[in-house]
Amino acid sequence: MAAFDIYPEYEIVRNNERCTNCRVCEKQCANGAHIFLTDKNRMAADDAKCVNCHRCVAMCPVRALKIVKTDHTFRENSYWTGKSIKEINRQAESGGVLLSSMGNPETYPVYFDRILLNASQVTNPSIDPLREPMETRVYLGSKPEKVVRDEKGRIKVDLPPHIMLSIPVMLSAMSYGSISYNAHESLARAAAEAGILYNTGEGGLHENLYNYGSNTIVQVASGRFGVHKKYLSSGAAIEIKMGQGAKPGIGGHLPGTKIVGDISKTRMIPEGSDAISPAPHHDIYSIEDLSQLIYSLKEATGYSKPIIVKIAAVHNVAAIASGIARSGADIIAIDGFRGGTGAAPTRIRDHVGIPIELALASVDNRLCDEGIRNRVSIVAGGGIRSSADVVKAIALGADCVYIGTAALIALGCHLCRSCHTGKCNWGIATQREDLMKRLNPDWGYKRLVNLLNAWKHEIMEMMGGMGINAIESLRGNRLMLRGVGLNEKELEILGIKHAGE
Amino acid sequence: MNVSARRLGSRALNDEIRRAEEDIIIEDCFGERYIGSGASSITITINGTPGNAMGAYLDGATIIVNGNAQDAIGDTMNDGKIIIHGNAGDALGYAMRGGKIYVKGDAGYRTGIHMKEYKDKRPVIVVGGSTGSFLGEYLAGGIIIVLGMESEAFPVGDFTGTGMHGGLIFIRSSTPPAKLHKQVTVSLADDSDMGFINEYLMEYADTFGLSIDEILRKPFYRLAPNAKNPYKQLYTIY
Ligand code: SF4
Ligand code: SF4
Repeated sequence: MAAFDIYPEYEIVRNNERCTNCRVCEKQCANGAHIFLTDKNRMAADDAKCVNCHRCVAMCPVRALKIVKTDHTFRENSYWTGKSIKEINRQAESGGVLLSSMGNPETYPVYFDRILLNASQVTNPSIDPLREPMETRVYLGSKPEKVVRDEKGRIKVDLPPHIMLSIPVMLSAMSYGSISYNAHESLARAAAEAGILYNTGEGGLHENLYNYGSNTIVQVASGRFGVHKKYLSSGAAIEIKMGQGAKPGIGGHLPGTKIVGDISKTRMIPEGSDAISPAPHHDIYSIEDLSQLIYSLKEATGYSKPIIVKIAAVHNVAAIASGIARSGADIIAIDGFRGGTGAAPTRIRDHVGIPIELALASVDNRLCDEGIRNRVSIVAGGGIRSSADVVKAIALGADCVYIGTAALIALGCHLCRSCHTGKCNWGIATQREDLMKRLNPDWGYKRLVNLLNAWKHEIMEMMGGMGINAIESLRGNRLMLRGVGLNEKELEILGIKHAGE
Repeated sequence: MNVSARRLGSRALNDEIRRAEEDIIIEDCFGERYIGSGASSITITINGTPGNAMGAYLDGATIIVNGNAQDAIGDTMNDGKIIIHGNAGDALGYAMRGGKIYVKGDAGYRTGIHMKEYKDKRPVIVVGGSTGSFLGEYLAGGIIIVLGMESEAFPVGDFTGTGMHGGLIFIRSSTPPAKLHKQVTVSLADDSDMGFINEYLMEYADTFGLSIDEILRKPFYRLAPNAKNPYKQLYTIY
């Protein structure tokens, strides 16, 4: 016996008066938490296997189930919490690195929740979006320094390539392999329907999805899986992944056991071989090297697509972004520490990186100060939960946002944070045929489109309230923001005033 | 078609190459970058010294360099052939998936990192001289051959094959490698190994007018991923 029992975090509560022994929960749980006791002719549960994904709760026809947080406690100690004790035990037992998924769940400050928006009163009237035109369209790409005219005075239109979005939201990189085909198809179709872009992530592009090319960002990461001429040419933009908010400085490893069938074909590596993406690109050690990769991609696609460079929000993010803006990139994507992932070492996820709000504000400031803000568009990601977060991010200086976790929740994710087990009961972070079938793309994409439409209305409403009728006039408009409960330094970095000022 | 690179600059030169429908000869090349990026079908002959990232994403074209080449040659190359009648710089054939790169002289650091193979695609790099450190790091597939034609010592640097999880490295040398990472196993290439790489050695000898007997005069060491000590734990599994 182990020195310590690791007491399960959740308990499965079954109302036996209601339960009809239909065994649906047993079939639905890929973790095997429900068992039918034939001899006793009743259901039983193994709490230790429960990840609290709510699949059984949602599927039980008679609402007989609920999952509760255990009230079993360690002796109270505000320093050595139950969590710390459990984690030490788990590691003492296994000798392994703790793994987890989705974004940082810890109690760091959420600046979005300490920022409030303005609204017009009396003098500068608000705009009614139902009655008056309201522009939510944005164009991402490098903007020229100045207007150039020919000898007849006509404006010379020689713009670098841009992408157009109907609303300032894109679906962030999630690779085919880390999420299911059905999830990928849902993202692609939702992007096409909503007039925005989704991102292939680093696992290549499934051949069925090539026809969504104009709504696709194709990603190039250190492992270069599935990267070839046709792939690069098929998307509307190319993203170089340098880092990711959930695990800055860490690479990825999709084990060979998951490289099967279409995943092997799409990544262009043999079935059963490990897919390792080293943490750094081993051909990039400087801004000059990055620039070289950017231009080789531009050359390979005839300068027809904007190049995005995605980095994690880390301590020197402003200086790094300044370098990237000078490297020839058209768009910088900054991923905050709340960003999700299919798997990350827990310590990295929970302790590395900085909040997107601070990173974004300091990058926008720095690029403006240096007079190079026009050279790049900024995409902010990593924890955007609602249209209010979108509006605040744009007012802090973003051109648009990336959403990942929010998009998955629309597809049915219940944030159980066990993606790394590959047994997602909602058919998202899994490659098991039986589980994947649970996500029907016809249904999934519509829910995602609904979400985007709802956000669009809310964005227009908030903008209208501020008396602003175009996203362009909101970008970097920090006068529309006020902080509550923030100290001088935080306000200084965010570049906003305190409420009441 | 002949083009002089003089005063064109990289971008204009590459526009010319993209427009070319027939084989092209570039004269006076002096560091112009990204030559032949993503090119398919044609043959590009370069007289001079092409700059970094030549033949990136190459998709079937042939590039012949009569001179030395610089860094990041053949990055993510998918198909085609690159022949360098001189030395190559660092990060040669990074993440290459198909095609062949033949270098007459030496190659720099980080040669063939993260090469991979898929179905009928098997990338091959043959370096006639020696290479710097980190040869074949993270190798996932394909074949790297280093001949060390001029050297007596083992002709590669440190950390060869670190993180290797597929593919093979063959090194021609009279002396065995001194130290290798435990993810790599080493053995003397046997007849079947030599049969396996013969085609590439013959083509290499032919390309540079070398004698195959001279190439085969020394034994070859075969470096393969160590199945008993697989590469894991450094990166998170998802
Ligand atoms: S799904 Fe509900 S009714 Fe059916 S066995 Fe499970 S708890 Fe009982
Ligand atoms: S994707 Fe699936 S496994 Fe991951 S958190 Fe959401 S429901 Fe859980």
